[in-house]
Amino acid sequence: MNDLRRLPVTAIPPLALEGVGFAHRSQTLLHPLDLRLEGCHRTLVMGPNGAGKSLLMRLAHGLLAPTHGRVSWEGRPPRQAMVFQRPVLLKRSALANLTYALAINGTPRRRRKVRAREALERFGLAALEKRPARVLSGGEQQRLALARAWLAEPEVLFLDEPTAALDPAAIQAVEAAVRDFHRRGTRILMTTHDLQQAHRLADDIVLLFGGRLVEHSPAERFFADPQTPEGRAFIRGELVW
Amino acid sequence: MSDETNAFQTALALILGRDPDLIGIVALSLQVSLSAVVIAALIALPLGAALALWRFPGRGAVIVILNALMGLPPVVAGLAVYLLLSRAGPLGEFGLLFTPGAMVIAQVILVLPIIAALTRQQVEELHGDYREQLTSMGVSRARRIPTLLWDARFGLTTVMLAGFGRASAEVGAVMIVGGNIDGVTRVMTTAIVLETSKGNLPLALGLGIVLLGLVALVNAAAHLVGETARRRLG
Repeated sequence: MNDLRRLPVTAIPPLALEGVGFAHRSQTLLHPLDLRLEGCHRTLVMGPNGAGKSLLMRLAHGLLAPTHGRVSWEGRPPRQAMVFQRPVLLKRSALANLTYALAINGTPRRRRKVRAREALERFGLAALEKRPARVLSGGEQQRLALARAWLAEPEVLFLDEPTAALDPAAIQAVEAAVRDFHRRGTRILMTTHDLQQAHRLADDIVLLFGGRLVEHSPAERFFADPQTPEGRAFIRGELVW
Repeated sequence: MSDETNAFQTALALILGRDPDLIGIVALSLQVSLSAVVIAALIALPLGAALALWRFPGRGAVIVILNALMGLPPVVAGLAVYLLLSRAGPLGEFGLLFTPGAMVIAQVILVLPIIAALTRQQVEELHGDYREQLTSMGVSRARRIPTLLWDARFGLTTVMLAGFGRASAEVGAVMIVGGNIDGVTRVMTTAIVLETSKGNLPLALGLGIVLLGLVALVNAAAHLVGETARRRLG
């Protein structure tokens, strides 16, 4: 992958969420919050189900417009990609899913197959290139989604519970991929409800509870000495629902 | 009873003996209906997909009208095309009335709403699954049309077969705008009407059998396509 340049840390514009909230039919799903993400940190968003993790990801990525506040990039909007809990793959072969992504980002036709095969190789899918993407196993589908994201050369990568439905081997593959993205200089924003996973991957932690941002601290401090009662309860495993 | 049995035997003999009259009629029927389906699909597939993707005022009304037009009576479509193409009509100068071209136009009008309405449904459903991913990838709305049409290809094949079934089975429209002229605009359905009224039951029955076989074939193909898609694509 020598054609993929490493980006200097400072090159990715910071993402600012200012007073961002989301309401649906007079029900507040996310209370106004401020959050600033910069550098190429790996930020893990944690919290029980229904805390607003996925919503926060969609607002940050721009899939949803907030009903309150403002989401803005301080500078040009960077290249972004998102990996979903349930990968959405086209009803085509594994290879065609990747060449499609390359066509969308403007890669010349003659280079698409070569680059797509490189990505399949990198994510251990080379033998499956002709298989319809929808009949791959859950872990293979998620690796294909990661390969597709890889080809987008994102400066910021969003992952929404990418391992929630996977077995341990597949989880390991996803985590390795996240580290690869990070090594390439990609900023990561990822949700998980797996404390161990957060331990392994996070530079900093955002804790959501009941649609509110209750804590945002560096991972080391969060795990050693959480600043809020919710944080303390969460790492003791008491704040499950 | 023996009359019908006789007619049936003669009909089979006509089919197996490749009677030139019968072959000519079947060939013209296929030509007209297939042309109509191809032309209608070229318009209706992108139209249906666009209708699935764009929100605009009056969209609901357009969908309701399109769905209603699926049940457009063929004779009414035929009458409308007749008025358009007749000497005094707005398109009269082209001299299309009572030609296969006029029959194709009438059948396009019958088939287009079916393909457009069903395409709209299928593409909209598929887009429900794809929306976030495509938005995340920065795929423009116009670019989504070919993407979704291709990914819905198996379902859409069935849709086009449904359109072909409608075109090949209707009689009212082709009768009015074609005129059932022997060797020029006579197709299976209009020939069956004529031969039955003339009492030439063997030819009518022979054509009926061919038409029925064709419809069965179309349905078998639709079923096969659906099954294959389910097996291969999950």
